Amino acid sequence: MNLNQLTAHELLDQLKSKRISPSDIYTAVVKEIKRLDPQVKAYVRLINLSFPNALFGNPDEVTTRPPTKTFGGDSFGTTFKPDSESNPTGNFPLPISIKDNICIKGEEITCASFILGGFHPPYNATVIEKIQNNGGILVGQTNMDEFAFGSSTENSYFGPTRNPWNLECVPGGSSGGSAAALAAHEAIWALGSDTGGSIRQPASFCGIVGLKPTYGRVSRYGLIAFASSLDQIGPLTKDVTDNALLLNIIAGHDERDSTSADVSVPDYTKSLVNDVKGFKIGIPKEYFIEGMDPEVKKAVGEAIEVLKKNGATFKEVSLPHTEYAVATYYILATAEASSNLARFDGVRYGIRCQPKNSRKGSIVDMYEETRSVGFGKEAKRRIMLGTYALSSGYYEAYYVRAQKVRTLIKNDFDSVFKEFDAIVTPTSPTTAFRIGEKAGDPLAMYLSDIYTISANLAGIPAISLPCGFSKNGLPIGLQILAKPFAEEMLFQIAYSYEQSTPWHNIKIPNHKFQTIPKSQ
Amino acid sequence: MLSKEEVRYIAGLSRIHLQVDEVEYLTRNLAGILDYIDHLKKLDVSQVPPTSHVLPIKNVYRRDEVKPSFSVQNAVKISPHAYKGFFKVPQVIE
Repeated sequence: MNLNQLTAHELLDQLKSKRISPSDIYTAVVKEIKRLDPQVKAYVRLINLSFPNALFGNPDEVTTRPPTKTFGGDSFGTTFKPDSESNPTGNFPLPISIKDNICIKGEEITCASFILGGFHPPYNATVIEKIQNNGGILVGQTNMDEFAFGSSTENSYFGPTRNPWNLECVPGGSSGGSAAALAAHEAIWALGSDTGGSIRQPASFCGIVGLKPTYGRVSRYGLIAFASSLDQIGPLTKDVTDNALLLNIIAGHDERDSTSADVSVPDYTKSLVNDVKGFKIGIPKEYFIEGMDPEVKKAVGEAIEVLKKNGATFKEVSLPHTEYAVATYYILATAEASSNLARFDGVRYGIRCQPKNSRKGSIVDMYEETRSVGFGKEAKRRIMLGTYALSSGYYEAYYVRAQKVRTLIKNDFDSVFKEFDAIVTPTSPTTAFRIGEKAGDPLAMYLSDIYTISANLAGIPAISLPCGFSKNGLPIGLQILAKPFAEEMLFQIAYSYEQSTPWHNIKIPNHKFQTIPKSQ
Repeated sequence: MLSKEEVRYIAGLSRIHLQVDEVEYLTRNLAGILDYIDHLKKLDVSQVPPTSHVLPIKNVYRRDEVKPSFSVQNAVKISPHAYKGFFKVPQVIE
């Protein structure tokens, strides 16, 4: 087996016994990127390697330009060039992929949007500092839905990423690039962000493990904001052990993020014990409704049986306001997004455009032209929806009402967690859908997040891990939720399930990559 | 029901200039999404306090100290149009 196919903890064991070097791992990962990424398209940029990005030229000349990301090039080599910023004595000298919305000092970042083209942030996100202090090697930046607006990674300026399990299908989103990179073993582990399911749903679609930590568990400093009261950075990994290791690295209070919580960080690897005896787990009846794929229902039912056998007890519970979660989310998230994205106006970052036939060329004309050219379809839709919800005359009816319903949704969870240790649900009602299938129907796309959105509204942690495959060979995800700062509970249940099942060891058969799909 | 005029008005507030076809499909699109969102009106929330933030964190203070930060040059360098340490923009005052 090639090194890139191993988990982080397996590689760390081999590094400890000096059988391999960090350079061997990095080389294996980059070789795989070179082999598979022209098909998977998980990355938008590689770091420290020539990865010609012909996309953004002189911003003065920018009008509309088609996506022209090219891959490879003369100097696209596989020579190990350790990150100069990385600590050479760190304990985790492993290649990591970073979603294109987490700032890396001096590296272009775009949130997969045209409007940020050419923006090189002058500072590192806190999570990047922590990774570098631990010796981590940043391998590349991964594709996403523009500004994380989506559930399929189709809304990217760079074009869609493909699901490595079936190249005709989406990898989920918005952290679809990170999830696809891991599934294709083009990375050892990865970071994503989750505002309404953007880590868990792609983890589910790609057959990997993804965690949305408790709101405030991980610093958001340096994460380009989508919805500040919902966003959280989290780990995407090949198994549960890796997930606990990576959360150990990135969690903790940060004075540069006033919403990060001053709560001590336990050693999450201590939760990796195969024992759930006496754990009380709830199954919310509102989640097992029409619209759920029968194969998903069956797989989750079987997962519950496995955990029962391991000693957990299950009982049906009620989260009565579940049906309002998607509507609440699409008011609050878009309202916050419209405010956060107001800063992209052609003055301080990214591109600037002047209208061609403008008489006066006023500053407002410049704002409007820059934003009209720079933002994609879904970004415009969400900014406008959020602006509407915050506008005079509608603020009470939409925004404040949604904030109130958020309270009800949060209370639902609080009352279940008084009696139960955790809740299990499917991560998504279906397996990965086909590219283009939901692209024309925003509401259908929004509803694919129906099981993940509530955790963000309530601020609680939730993990997705593989729990089987459909007949068509697509992964199915199991979601576990717990009360705030109870990530240890999630890891313990997830680990117990994982150790009792084979799913995390199943690799994508190589023939999946032999044929390039016809459709673009 | 959302009118095209309202869509153009919201676009203006959002500082987005819409093409004619964009107005068409956004009017349809946003109306559909708002219909779905109106679902929330079924709930009586008159006695419910709003949640803007899930953590019980209030008034996070820090000491008011001067610390090293970006130089003006570095902060302005990332702009598409910088001039001698300033952001250059089209004329604002007539």
